[in-house]
Amino acid sequence: MRSWLDRQLHLIDFTLGSLARRKARNFGLLAVYTLLVFALASLSLFASALRSEAAHVLAGSPEVVLQRLVAGRHDLIPPGYLESIGRVRGVQKKEARLWAYYRDPRSGSQLVFMARPDAEVPVGSVMLGTRLAAAAKLNVGDTLAFADYRGQPYPLRVASLLTPDSELQSATLVLLAEADFRAFFAYPAGHYTDIALSVRNPLEVGNVASKLAAALPDSRPILRDEMLRTYEHIFDWREGILLTVLVGVILTFAIFAWEKAAGLSAEEKREIGILKAIGWETSDVIRMKVWEGLVVSLTAFASGFLAAWVHVFHFGAPLFAPVLKGWSVVYPEFALFPAVDGLQVATLFFFTVFPYTAAVLVPIWRAAITDPDLVMR
Amino acid sequence: MLFQPAIIALLLAAAVAVLMLAAAAPFALSVLREWDIGSGSERQLVLERRTYLFSTLVSFVMAIQLATLLLFVFNADRLAVMFVGAMCAVGTLNVNAWGFPALIVQMLVFFSALVWLAINHVDNLARDYPLVRAKYGLLLLLLPLLMLNFWLQYRYFSGLRANVITSCCGSLFSEEAETLTAEVSSLEPRAALWLFYAGMSVAVASGLLHWRRRGRLDGGWLGIAAAAGFVIALTGVISFISLYIYEHPHHHCPFCILKTEYDYRGYALYLPLFGGAAAGMAAGALQFFAAVPSLRAVLPRVSARLALLSGAGFLMFTLLATWFVVNSKLILIES
Repeated sequence: MRSWLDRQLHLIDFTLGSLARRKARNFGLLAVYTLLVFALASLSLFASALRSEAAHVLAGSPEVVLQRLVAGRHDLIPPGYLESIGRVRGVQKKEARLWAYYRDPRSGSQLVFMARPDAEVPVGSVMLGTRLAAAAKLNVGDTLAFADYRGQPYPLRVASLLTPDSELQSATLVLLAEADFRAFFAYPAGHYTDIALSVRNPLEVGNVASKLAAALPDSRPILRDEMLRTYEHIFDWREGILLTVLVGVILTFAIFAWEKAAGLSAEEKREIGILKAIGWETSDVIRMKVWEGLVVSLTAFASGFLAAWVHVFHFGAPLFAPVLKGWSVVYPEFALFPAVDGLQVATLFFFTVFPYTAAVLVPIWRAAITDPDLVMR
Repeated sequence: MLFQPAIIALLLAAAVAVLMLAAAAPFALSVLREWDIGSGSERQLVLERRTYLFSTLVSFVMAIQLATLLLFVFNADRLAVMFVGAMCAVGTLNVNAWGFPALIVQMLVFFSALVWLAINHVDNLARDYPLVRAKYGLLLLLLPLLMLNFWLQYRYFSGLRANVITSCCGSLFSEEAETLTAEVSSLEPRAALWLFYAGMSVAVASGLLHWRRRGRLDGGWLGIAAAAGFVIALTGVISFISLYIYEHPHHHCPFCILKTEYDYRGYALYLPLFGGAAAGMAAGALQFFAAVPSLRAVLPRVSARLALLSGAGFLMFTLLATWFVVNSKLILIES
C-alpha cells in the first residue's frame, strides 16, 4: 500500500514538473477548460438557487388558492361567495384575501400591496420590505405617499420593516390596513381578490380541490404542490434546453482537448522516448498522462466552479439571468441565497470531466506506445 | 421530461459505455482468436500495444459505471417532487414499468464492472498478460449487459410523465401486499435481527479469514459470503433498520433513508455495503485464476487486500446500522 502511494506521489510530482515546463501551452487548455466549467456551473448554480428560492417562497403559502373566473379571466370575489363555499371537510381555515399590483412610478418597479387585519397594521400606517425602504431612504416613523388610483397622494406612515428571510418574497411587499387598501385602490366594497384555504393533511388537498371545482364551476383552484412542480419543471426544462445548446460547446471542447493531447511536440515525444528507454513501461506512461489529465481537470473544475459561485451569488448571474428567470421580471433585484446541491455538482462534474477524459484517452495511448528508438534517433 | 441535466448525463454515460465497448468488441474477438504471447510476429506486437488502449478505455467505462449507480439513485430520489404520489425514489422508479429493472441492471453492471476492474488490475501486475483472453471474453459478455442497461434507462427516462399518479413506498414495502418485498418487510423483528447479525458476522469473518490465510478455498468462500451478505444486509435494512431510522413501526422503505430528512444516513449505510460486497465478490472471482503460474505471487496479495476491504466494508455497515438502531427512540422488541 505504502509503495503504491509513494509511486503515485512521485508520478504526480513528475507530472507537475512536466506541466510546468510547458506553461504557455497548458495554460491555454486550462483557461478554456475553466471557462467551460464556469459557464456550465453558473447555469446549474443559478437554476438550483432559483428552484430553492421558489420552494422557499411557496413553503409559507396556503395549500389551495381559489380564484374566480369570468369568461376565462381572473375576476374579483363578489360578496357572499366565501360563505357559499360552505363547510368542506379537511379545510382548516378559509380566508378571503385582498392584494394588488401597483406600479411605482418613482422606482419603476412593480410592488405588491396586501391588506392585513387592523391588529397587525393600524389604519394610516404601512409595513415595508427592507430593500424597498432602503431604496426610498425610509425609516420607521417616516411618512411616504403613493399616488392612489384617483391620482391623489395618499400619505402613509411606516410602522415597521419586514424582515423575512427570503428576498424574493419581501423585496417589493407593502402591507397596509384593509380600510386603506380599499380607499387607495377604490376597491368595490365587499369584494376580494381571491380565497386562500389551508388544508392540514397533504393527502386531502386533491380531494378538496375537486370538491371546490365541482361546487363552484366558475372558480379555479390552484394547488401549492402543483405550483411547486411547475416551477421545478420550468427551471429544469430551461436548464436542460440551455444545456442542450451548450452540448455543442462541450463537443468543441472535447475536440480541442483531443487536438491538444494529440499534437505532441517533438520535445514531448523525446521525453517519453527517454522515459521508456530508462525503464518506464507503457502502463507507467499512461498512468502519468492520466494524472496529468486529472490535475488539469480538477484545477479547472475548482477554479471554474469558484468563479461561477462568485458570478451567481455576488453578481446575480448577469450572463444567464435573462434566459432562466424568464420574461416576466416582476422583481427589481434580489440576492439569491447560496444553495449548492450535491446532484448538481455531480452532474456538472460529469458534463465537464467526462468528455475531457474520454477525448484524451486515445491520444494518451498513442503517446505512450511510442518506441524509444524511433524518437531518439 | 428528458430535458433534465442529470438524466442527460446518465443517458450519455450509458451510451458512451456501449459505444466504447462496441468499439473494443472487434479487438476483443481478435484477441480471443489470435493472441499468442510466445509469438514474436508483428500481429502479436500490434495486439499487445492495443491492449493498453482498450484496457484503459474499458477501465474508464467501468469506473464511470460505478459512479453512475450513485447518480441514478440520487437522481431518482430528487425527481420525486415532480410526481403526484411519489415521496421518495420508489415513487419515481414506479412511474413506469422500466424503473426498477433499470435500477437492478445498473446494480448488476456495478458489480460486474468492479469484478472486471479487479481482474484487469491483477492482469496488469503480471509480466505475461495471463488473463488477457479471460478479460476480453468477459468484455464480450458485458457488452449485452451494458446495451440492456442503456435500453432500459432510455425506456424509463423517456417514459417519465409528470401526470402519472405513482404509488409511494408505503404500498410497495407494506406488510400486507403479496410481493417479495412484502415478505421481507413482514419478517418478525427478532428473527430478522438474528439473521442480520449472523449474516454480517459470517461476511466480516470470511473477509478477515481470507485476508490472513490467502487460500484459494477461503477466497472462493468469501465471494459467496459477500454476495449472500449483501442480500441479508438489504433484508435487514428493509425489515428492521429502516424502522429504527424512521422511528416508525411500519415504514419499511429502503429508499427514504437517502433523504435529507434522515441526514442522508442511507448513503452512509449503502456506500460501505456496496463497496464491501463488490470487493468480496471480486476476491471470489479472482480465485478462478489462482492456479495461473505467473500470478502465484501477485494474486493472493491483491485478493487479500480486497478481502480486507470487504471485511471493513461489512463491519462499518454493521456498526453504523447498530448505532442507528441503538440511538433510535423506537422500541420494536421489548425485553
